[in-house]
Order: sequence, then C-alpha cells, then structure tokens
Amino acid sequence: MLVLVTAGVFTLIHLTPGDPIDVMMAESVDDSVKSNLRRELGLDQPIYVQYATWMGRLLRGDLGRSIRNGEPVIENVSRRIRPSLQLAALAMAVSLLIATPLGILSAARRNTSVDRVGTTFALFGICMPNFLLALLLIFLFGVKLRWLPISGYLDPLEDGWPGLRSLVLPALTLGLALAAVVTRTLRSSMLEALGEDYVRTARAKGLSEWRVIRGHVLKNALIPVVTVLGLQLGTLIGGAVITEYVFALPGVGRLVVDAIFARDYPLVQGVVLLIAVGFILSNLAVDLLYGWIDPRIRYR
Amino acid sequence: MAGSIRGSGIAEPSAALAQSAPRPTARGRRWEILRQAARTRLGPLGVLVLLLAVTVALLAPVISPYDPLKQDLGHTLARPDRAHLMGTDNVGRDVLSRMIWGTRVSLLAGFGSVALAMVAGGILGLLAGYTGGHTDGFLMRLMDAVLSFPPLVLALALGAVLGAGLGGVVIALGVVYTPTFARLMRGQVLTITTREYVEAARALGAPGWRVAWHHVLPNAATPIVIQASLSVAFAILAEASLSFLGLGVQPPGASWGSMINAGRGYLQQAPWIVFWPGTALFVTVVGLNFVGDAVRDALDPRLRK
Repeated sequence: MLVLVTAGVFTLIHLTPGDPIDVMMAESVDDSVKSNLRRELGLDQPIYVQYATWMGRLLRGDLGRSIRNGEPVIENVSRRIRPSLQLAALAMAVSLLIATPLGILSAARRNTSVDRVGTTFALFGICMPNFLLALLLIFLFGVKLRWLPISGYLDPLEDGWPGLRSLVLPALTLGLALAAVVTRTLRSSMLEALGEDYVRTARAKGLSEWRVIRGHVLKNALIPVVTVLGLQLGTLIGGAVITEYVFALPGVGRLVVDAIFARDYPLVQGVVLLIAVGFILSNLAVDLLYGWIDPRIRYR
Repeated sequence: MAGSIRGSGIAEPSAALAQSAPRPTARGRRWEILRQAARTRLGPLGVLVLLLAVTVALLAPVISPYDPLKQDLGHTLARPDRAHLMGTDNVGRDVLSRMIWGTRVSLLAGFGSVALAMVAGGILGLLAGYTGGHTDGFLMRLMDAVLSFPPLVLALALGAVLGAGLGGVVIALGVVYTPTFARLMRGQVLTITTREYVEAARALGAPGWRVAWHHVLPNAATPIVIQASLSVAFAILAEASLSFLGLGVQPPGASWGSMINAGRGYLQQAPWIVFWPGTALFVTVVGLNFVGDAVRDALDPRLRK
C-alpha cells in the first residue's frame, strides 16, 4: 500500500515539467555548474534508479535532504509541525464546542427554530470555501474591529497570550468548517438513534428526556461522528494548506505548497509521504476507537 | 464526503405512492422523479440558481459590459457606481465582467471534473467488480492509494504536474474524485451480478461485455448519479481553492478563486473585489447542494417513507 503511494508520489513529482535547479538558480549561472549539481544530487540518473535510491534510504529511516536549503526533510518538517498541530488541535476544539450542543439540540428539538439554525449553519459551513471564510474573518476582526492580528505566527507555548491570539482566526476558519460537518453528522445519527426501540424503553421507564439523550442516544450516535472526524483529519490538513497560506502561518501545509511550486522533489516526497502516513494512522486510530466506544465491535 | 444534510425529513410521505403504484413506464418514471425533485422545498431554488449560472456562463460575451481583461489604470479600485456596477479591481478591470467570465470557468471545472471522474471511476469500478480476482485487487488497492492522500494536497500536486490552465485542474480534480465513483460502482456491480436476470442473460449466451453494458450498468447507475450530483458543488469549491492558490486559469484570465486571491490585498480599500466573486461562488455552491440533495431524495428509495 505505502509502496504504491510512494511510487505514485515519486513518478508524479518527477513528471512535473520544470527542474529544481532551473527554478533555484538564475539563468545566468553557467550550465556546467548546474549539471555538476545535478550529478551531485543524482538528478541525472534515470527515474527508476532515483526511486530505488530514495526507497533504499527511506527504509533506513532517511527521507533525504531538501534541494533548496540542504537540510534534512525531517528537520524541515519538524520545524513546521508545531504550528500545524496547534492549529489542528484548536480547530478541533472549536468545532466540538460548536457542533456538540448544536447537533444535539438540532436533533432533540427537531423541526423547531433551533433545528433550523443548526441545519442552516451546517449548510453554510459546508458550502463556504475556506479562503472566503478566512477573508471574511480577517475583514471583520482584523480590518474593521481591529481585535486580532490578521497574519503571522507566535508560538502560544512560548509567547503565551499573543501567540494564542495569532491562532484565533486561523483556528476559527478551520473549526467552523469542521463544526458544520460534525453538526450535520451528529444530528442525523442522533435522529436515527432516537427512533430505536431502546429509546422508547428508556422513555417508558420514566427517564427524563435529558437522561435519555445523554445515556442512550448520544453514546449510540457517536460512531458516525468519530468516523467523520477521522476522515476530516485529511480535510483538516488540506484546509490547513489554504488557511496557513492566507494567514501566513509557517506550518506543514504551507511547506507543501512552497515545495511543490519550487520543484523541491525530496521535500515534496517526504512531506506528502508523512501526511499520507499520518492520514492512514489517524484512520487506524479511529478504527480502534470504535471498539472502545461500542464494545459490541470486536476485532479479532 | 456529504452526509445526509437535512436528515430524511424532506422526503414527502406521499412518495410511498410511487412505490406501491404499478411499475411505471420509463417516461412516466422520469416524470415521477422530476415531480419528486420539485416537491422538495429547496430543490427548485437550487435549479433556479443553476439555470441562472448556466445562462450567465453561456451568454458571457453578450452580457459582459466590459472586456474582462481590459485594464484602466486611471480608474483603479473604483467604488461600485453606475459605470461599473461592482466596481473595478487593482488594475482598473471591471469586476462584474470578470465575474461573469469566471462563471464559465467554475461550471466547466465543476461539471468537467465530475464527468471525468464518473466515467473513469465507473469504468474502473465495472471492470473491478465484474472481472474480480487480481484485476479487482489491483484496481482497488490503487484507488485506496489515491484515497490515502488528503484531497486538496493531491489535487495541488497533480495540478502542478499537469501544468497551469483549466485543463490541468479539471484532470487533477477528476483523478481525485475517481476512487469514490469506482468504489460505488464496484459495490453495485458486486450485488447486481448475483441477481437472477444477470444469470439469465449469461445462460442465454450473451457475451460478457453485453451483460455488463445492458444488464449491470443501467441497474448500477442510480447511486453514481446521486454521487455525481452531490460532487459538482465540491468540485467547484475545489477549483476555486486551487485557483486561489495560483493553479488553474492563469492571469490575466478571470476565475472566481483567482479574483478573490488578487483582491485579498485590498480588503480595506476595495472589499468589493473579494465580495462579489465570493458571493457568486457561495450562492452557486449552495444552489448546487440543493440540487444534489433533491436528486438524492428523488432517486434514493431508502429515504422514501
């Protein structure tokens, strides 16, 4: 599986018209200098030789070095991963804070005005492009109200409050979109659970509606929500590409975009591979979570 | 990608009539589907938006008040007024005209990439499900590999490979959406090939391709159509995102995403550069979502109550 992924990424990137050396160096640079550098980096070898070399290093845990700044790919990524993880965590928190009450209320008070607010919010959040929402927030909170910084990044763990402030708008951008998806999923899976026999039994026992929902409905409605959250991690990474671009955050998403445009082969391969691995692992984690949420699901 | 949006609350109870009625003719069934789609609250609104967008895209050369590429450096960042209904951008181009031409790009990208994914995914899924064995295993692993990338990152990388221009983006998005269709089709084919009528056709000596084409494909089509109608809106969003990042239609050509990217430096002085294409994008996507939901509600028998 991962072999297919790596081979795919490799072929893809090397098919890209344009050459990293040409992108990096001025046209005036002597051709012999360029071809020397190509030989040094192994770029003059046929593509399958390059792939084999790369795979060989990969198996020894070496992702190679960036062509542009000469640093190991791993270092490039680890420098950029902090802002991305912080952003993802905050966005996840924002989305759960919004989506949990909204989804539950929408389902419990179906076809009332609360429900309509919930479903309308979900629809808008899903249809709203990330970059447009980002610009709206920048316009409102950065340009008109001047409450929050509109770009740049400070580490909240080191700089405290100003750092957190620099992440508010990006986290809102990503979190609102995610909240929309989660609200929608939570609402529909709760509606499904509400129609089950055990809910009728619980009500017949005389439990309060709140306890029925908390004890019986919510637990059974969680599986689809967790699935969606896991799948959305990919979208979170993709969305982060745009969000990091708009807010000038030095994260992994921005690293990918820059590397793709600079034809920095080892860097693109390394980062995309790491992202794909992270994506696969998070989906695996979700699969394992199922068993914990719902003991009826067992893996042999 | 898209879950059920308003739950099943929208399917009208009277829809059950359609099922209990004697099997209607193909034409009658088509009418029934249309009537179903029209009965949902928001479907007609979505169709209206879609028709409007298509009309604008088709009539772009006629209704566009100015040349979308013509710069007027003496008239940059002008407020919306009678001469320029939506103002001008940072090099004095008419925002309304650029928005009108951008409609073409968005619709072409949205429908083009989904059509591509539907055909490619449909064929691959049919092949995988119908032949089975190693072909099936290989094709599905390939699809899994594609699915293991975050969609936008994959589209970006592919877009960079295929080069700038609308064609590159359409193909890139087509590839990204292909696995969804391939999996759906394969699943359908696997259940359909066990049905009696397929066995009957085989027993009568029909060649494999004929069985696949005449008996399996038509019966597998419904979920594919539903998926396609839901995907177009997302494809339009994705195209806008890619052109926002600088792929797709290159400057000075107009697309909604690139207009928004160009205008984001002027949010304070000239918010209209971002506002209008943004609104157009949002309204189109919402409208297409309504259409997609209406199509699903009309076609998906599981939602009928």
